[in-house]
Amino acid sequence: MAISPRYTREIPHRYRLEAQQFECGAVTLPNRYICPDNCCKKSKKITLKGKGKILTYTIIYIASDQYTRATPFAVAVIETEEGARLTAQVVDCNFDDLKIGAKVELIFRKIMEEGASGIINYGYKAILV
Amino acid sequence: MREVAIIGVGMTKFGELWGQGIRDVFAEAALKAIEDAGVDKIDSLYVGCMSSGLYAYQEHLGSVCADYIGQKGIPAARVESACASGGTSVRAAFMEVASGMSDIVMAGGVEKMWDVEDGTFVLATASDQEYEAYSGVTFPGLYAMMARAYMEKYKLTREELAQVPIKNHKHAVHNPNAQYPFELDLKGVLSSSMVADPLRLMDCSPITDGAAAVILCPLDKAKKYTKHPVKIRAVGAATGPIALHDHVDMTKLDAVRIAGERAYKMAQLKPNDISFVEVHDCFSIAEVIVAEELGFFKYGKAGKAIANGEATYGSKIVINPSGGLKAKGHPVGATGVAQIIECVEQLSGKAGKRQVKNAKYGMAQNMGGSGGSCVVHILEAV
Ligand SMILES: [Zn+2]
Repeated sequence: MAISPRYTREIPHRYRLEAQQFECGAVTLPNRYICPDNCCKKSKKITLKGKGKILTYTIIYIASDQYTRATPFAVAVIETEEGARLTAQVVDCNFDDLKIGAKVELIFRKIMEEGASGIINYGYKAILV
Repeated sequence: MREVAIIGVGMTKFGELWGQGIRDVFAEAALKAIEDAGVDKIDSLYVGCMSSGLYAYQEHLGSVCADYIGQKGIPAARVESACASGGTSVRAAFMEVASGMSDIVMAGGVEKMWDVEDGTFVLATASDQEYEAYSGVTFPGLYAMMARAYMEKYKLTREELAQVPIKNHKHAVHNPNAQYPFELDLKGVLSSSMVADPLRLMDCSPITDGAAAVILCPLDKAKKYTKHPVKIRAVGAATGPIALHDHVDMTKLDAVRIAGERAYKMAQLKPNDISFVEVHDCFSIAEVIVAEELGFFKYGKAGKAIANGEATYGSKIVINPSGGLKAKGHPVGATGVAQIIECVEQLSGKAGKRQVKNAKYGMAQNMGGSGGSCVVHILEAV
């Protein structure tokens, strides 16, 4: 499976947390042509500070092949201070310390190695702060 | 718009069908439906399937399926809405008959899931591929996150949630087509392996091969084919955010509520009128949230009510008399059609030991992804 072009075009969002803020205040990542509530189209580019909190989480024990070596690992839905929502692994933590409402910070990490050629894919993960 | 009835149904046994490929599985169900309806020709075919490309390396199912059921020449197409593909197929056939465009239309569904090794990857393609699956989250993981949020908000215990699959397995004992027609106890749920905390293997619907098909025709012609036609009283469909993280509330499934409201409005009925409902219990928590979104229980109450025995025979609403996705099996694209078949069998008094007494209206709720799409049908005994 070759997903390299698919991968490279997401780099601004995944490496640099480039998001967009719509006129109505909605903050989204990745980009959209129209805000999720279908109320406005004008937006400006913003960079997320990478601070947020856990809205809910799980610990994955059975993963798809590409992620199996990492199991068990935690994944959470995170809301950033700017109001963007995203899904990310929470790493370097005791699973017992995870809770809804816990504060997290996004960091730059390796995500996986893609396909037979083993291209390394990066992106954001979260740590508890 | 014309009124529409179902005049024939057919399905395979759900399970591990190692001797049959995707075309065989589909043909078995479709030919049973054609025989049941007593028609020799259909005018049009829809095939609900989530991912024949990734599961069986076969696209172009409209052609494959029409060809292998002796109906070459008819218009046929595959419809896809992840796990709601089957319900979407029935809705498409309903519209084609209701509009007057065709008279005899088949709505089928099929999935052949056991032939691939990394099924977890295939299922995750029903989520946001770049922004959910990329994190490594799996489908069970998404529902586990809903379960975590729901259990914390409404103080639902792990033991109470376990009563959902226990109840569904009890129902499946009397279903000859069920993949796992045996009872399950609390220890069986709580000692099964962890898949995505807090969900264990026995919270999750299985990997299943199978197909199902129904034949629709205008209600005023239905008596020509069968003594017991079942009318499709209403259908409602809706979409929701593709990503779970874009749900405003992690304990709700907006698309289910909207699809349900549309179906109730079209049927001019209320939750109180429904005797039984086939819901999309892909994971135990899904049945709980869906039962609330369809108005059978207040928000936060369904989990405890199901644990209390308020969703089985003898209560106001029977949820998943077939055994549900958990025990009957979940061949993704076939599921929504099989739900309709359960409704037809119940409403025509052919459900045997699973029969819900005096059922006038039945409902089928079929859902894609983590609530990204939903189709709700209401059926009526006529
Ligand atoms: Zn807006």
